[in-house]
Amino acid sequence: MEVLYEEEYRQIQEIVERLCRDANSKAVLLIDKNGQEIASSGEIENIDTTSLSSLTAGNVAATGGIARLLAEKEFTGQFHEGEHTNVHISIVAQRVILLVLFDQRTSLGLVRLRVKKASKDIQDILDAMSAKEHQQARPSIFEEITDEDIDNLFNDD
Amino acid sequence: MSFINYSSREINCKIVYYGPGLCGKTTNLQFIYQKTSPDARGKMVSLATETERTLFFDFLPLSMGDVHGFKARFHLYTVPGQVFYDASRKLILKGVDGVVFVADSQVERMEANMESLDNLRENLEEQGYNLDALPYVVQYNKQDLPNAAPMEELSKVLNPTKVPEFSAVATTGDGVFGTLKAVAKLVMMDLRKRK
Ligand SMILES: Nc1nc2c(ncn2[C@@H]2O[C@H](COP(=O)(O)OP(=O)(O)OP(=O)(O)O)[C@@H](O)[C@H]2O)c(=O)[nH]1
Ligand SMILES: [Mg+2]
Repeated sequence: MEVLYEEEYRQIQEIVERLCRDANSKAVLLIDKNGQEIASSGEIENIDTTSLSSLTAGNVAATGGIARLLAEKEFTGQFHEGEHTNVHISIVAQRVILLVLFDQRTSLGLVRLRVKKASKDIQDILDAMSAKEHQQARPSIFEEITDEDIDNLFNDD
Repeated sequence: MSFINYSSREINCKIVYYGPGLCGKTTNLQFIYQKTSPDARGKMVSLATETERTLFFDFLPLSMGDVHGFKARFHLYTVPGQVFYDASRKLILKGVDGVVFVADSQVERMEANMESLDNLRENLEEQGYNLDALPYVVQYNKQDLPNAAPMEELSKVLNPTKVPEFSAVATTGDGVFGTLKAVAKLVMMDLRKRK
């Protein structure tokens, strides 16, 4: 994903929140394959979501590398069981990663079911986004950036 | 690939530190981490072996200020330099916006530098990137060592296209921020060009 506008962000955020609620999970993170956080919901105050996003993307990239070595299509998901928190990782539309953290308040079965539905919804939005991108040149915030602006970025230390 | 989020008003860019084993990539990030105020940086994540060689990557998220109301955030990564970790290096290059090649200035590491630079070029090409078209700077690290080759000599071999280059001693931080700012600036200029 290269550009995310408010409208799509709002739709995606809604799906992520719904998934967190319906799956009865602790937290949900949507991450792009390069490790950047796109959206999140749930109990994330005490989680370093930036590190978590980067590590999850690294994990998915490594697992994808293993799949290619074995001439498998990308593995569809991963599940890690912890003492207090379980982790469910899946790939949506080959482009983004859905991470669900949950505990004994729910079950893997329910998480899987809700993830499936949410994945479908996210895929629809991503598809609509790429269709839109082909149709119209996106406005740029960069056109107006001057050399001075760029220099100013790095002047504070 | 840079990621622009209009909702959180952030521009996220990925910078990768590349170079032969033990040239000082991780040390660059450690110095940046130590010298950046906590509100401008996140946690540094290092996936390393017991002997502190990078196993998969180091990761350091940095905020660098605002452009037109957008917060510029840079995600710094290092690759593992040891030759046999090539599969991991390829993964980390995915979506890269800017590259720092860290050379080890010691005379006896010249061949390792050249091999690593070839490897960088190849791995980028495999993913459809061309090093000459990417924001890219070179750092000659370990200039403090008695067996370090002079910068002009290193430059002749390792920087034929004359991209911005910096002499450095990553352990004391000499040249570390100069290198980072130069590549970050090139990345921002590249974003503007691509629109
Ligand atoms: N003298 C000197 N030593 C340095 C310098 N930079 C790094 N070192 C040392 O070189 C060793 C290797 O540094 P690292 O930063 O771990 O090297 P790396 O490039 O990350 O190595 P890999 O993870 O194996 O690819 C460490 O002992 C550092 O302290 C320098 O400028 N001068
Ligand atoms: Mg290292």
